[in-house]
Amino acid sequence: MPRTGARASLWHPQSNPISLPDFSGPGLEDDDAQGMFNLFLLQTLNGVQFGILLFLVAAGLTLIFGIMDLINLAHGVLYMVGAYFTATFTALTGDFLLGIAIALPAALLFGLVLEVLIFRHLYERDHLDQVLATFGLILILNEGVKIVWGAAPMSVPIPEILSGAIPLIGPLKYPFYRVAIIAAGLLTAVGLWLLVNHTRIGMLLRAGAVNAPMVSALGVDIRRLFMLVFGFGAMLAGFAGAMVAPILSVEPGMGDGILILTFVVIVIGGVGSVRGAFVAAILVGLVDTLGRTFGPIVLRAVMEPSAASQTGQTLAPMLIYILMAAVLFFRPSGLFPAKGAAA
Amino acid sequence: MSARTSDLAITGAVPDVAAPRGGRLAGRGTALAALLIFLVLAVLPPVAVAVNDPFLVVTATRIIVFAIAALSLDLVLGYGAMVSFGHAAFLGLGAYAVAILSSHGISDILVQGVVAVAASALFALVTGAISLRTKGVYFIMITLAFGQMAYFFMVSLSAYGGDDGLTLGGRSTLFGLPILKSDFALFYLSLGVLVLAFVGLRALTLSRFGRVLRGTKENPVRMQAIGFQPFAFQLTAYVIAGALAGIAGVLLANQAEFVSPAYMSWQRSGELIVMVVLGGMGTLVGAIGGAIALLLLEDWLAHFSEHWKLGLGVLLVLLVLFTRGGIVGGVARLFGRPRS
Repeated sequence: MPRTGARASLWHPQSNPISLPDFSGPGLEDDDAQGMFNLFLLQTLNGVQFGILLFLVAAGLTLIFGIMDLINLAHGVLYMVGAYFTATFTALTGDFLLGIAIALPAALLFGLVLEVLIFRHLYERDHLDQVLATFGLILILNEGVKIVWGAAPMSVPIPEILSGAIPLIGPLKYPFYRVAIIAAGLLTAVGLWLLVNHTRIGMLLRAGAVNAPMVSALGVDIRRLFMLVFGFGAMLAGFAGAMVAPILSVEPGMGDGILILTFVVIVIGGVGSVRGAFVAAILVGLVDTLGRTFGPIVLRAVMEPSAASQTGQTLAPMLIYILMAAVLFFRPSGLFPAKGAAA
Repeated sequence: MSARTSDLAITGAVPDVAAPRGGRLAGRGTALAALLIFLVLAVLPPVAVAVNDPFLVVTATRIIVFAIAALSLDLVLGYGAMVSFGHAAFLGLGAYAVAILSSHGISDILVQGVVAVAASALFALVTGAISLRTKGVYFIMITLAFGQMAYFFMVSLSAYGGDDGLTLGGRSTLFGLPILKSDFALFYLSLGVLVLAFVGLRALTLSRFGRVLRGTKENPVRMQAIGFQPFAFQLTAYVIAGALAGIAGVLLANQAEFVSPAYMSWQRSGELIVMVVLGGMGTLVGAIGGAIALLLLEDWLAHFSEHWKLGLGVLLVLLVLFTRGGIVGGVARLFGRPRS
């Protein structure tokens, strides 16, 4: 698997083998325009896929932030643990789908155990205590993973039935597995939407995001609700980790990069809002992916090629942070603030 | 008294504000503790020579550099109640100012220092102005994101080493003289900066500015009601802290003779927070003590196992879970600092 130097790119879809049309080759004007369009299409799909994965991690985290007012730095390692569980169970059962099917409840269980052991005691603490404890937890789990599975990256083969590519336009193809990721993520998003907006638990979640003490005062067992949200959030993050296991290397610290991106998503979307997390995740996925590809190309219009590609490469990783700063400048509580949540 | 201490334990507040009388005594205590630390550090190089362990000075310089960075964070975190999770960015900016200038042949420490301070202060001004529009969890996440932005900027800046970092041609000079060539000179320069930073920040926090800052931490609404604009004070503190961390970065680059984006990673920012909290927030001397304690602890744990981070993590979690009111109270008792 080709890798570029930056840590973020380990996570980035672009670092994966996808047949990109070759620009540098000779071609007529028409071919260039066609090639540009094809590239745009592929990268848009990549951006959506990236955004979907971000959403899965962000959804749980935004609920944890919004409802429990808990800053959980360790959410990224839950994603990592999900990937490791999948790698292990896939190796044990010899079947990826069966591996995921076991990894998901395992991730849920892992989240619940953490909740009981550590997080439960942090809800009442101030943010700084939460930052310190969850920072410590990151150190523990990153090292723990190294001890249990070793420091070398693990890889999971793409399952037979999900391999191959589907044709888009003309000769253009897109890996089937990535389409499956997008589909699975969208299904999860729809399921979450139904859960949050059309069930009793969802009603409690929304109420909790607005005013958790009031929900508790009305006789709801808020501790159980918290535990449920935390376990569910851990499972969603684990699911994201499970799905990237075949396309990325599973290694210690793989959750650290995504944690920061998830924060950006949550801040843009508004703490506590699942809808905001979805919109922001897709936005961040698209801006990041398209920015990396088209930043240098756009800059080439105003600069000479070598300077353009240099500047583009330098600016592209900063784009989402600039986006975040811009959103916050106009809407300090994000795009879809859950009213009364920790703003 | 007990009611007050439990109150403090919850908010992690500075006692000086609530009780001027006890506060003044405590203030004298922390100054004394700081003086003691400085004296011990000052005699360290001769001792290192005597026991024939020159590496001691190198380690101590590194500790001092991080103590300066932690000190600057304490102004933001301890006095301003702004949980900044991107503080390592300033450290890195200062270090990169040295490395980049020196790669262009400008090795004068005064020029490097001015550029480092200007760069980190400007970065603090811009990011601080945006971050301070938000509060609480948002502020933590935004400062973290800005720190990452600086990190990725340096990672992708391939002209200056990118991910691999940049090795310095040599240490900084002053008017063409290689005054920092010896480890001892760098040590004493760093110690001098540390002492100056401590004295300066102490004066600042005891001044009207510092009282407004602490008042804002206690109750921003009340401060606004009596006619202060918390934003301006908080932003000023943020910029001062950023600039000071930039100076620490200048020293760090000279100490390691190497810079890399790893200096700016968010784990580094987390470690700085741990230092401040470990030593005791809002006391200044606590940040210095915390830096010493954490770095020595890391060294010590690294002796036992390559998985020393596991031990550090467990320690952190246990400290938060089992010390009342967070680490501040527990460690204050543990170290028997004069405040209690």
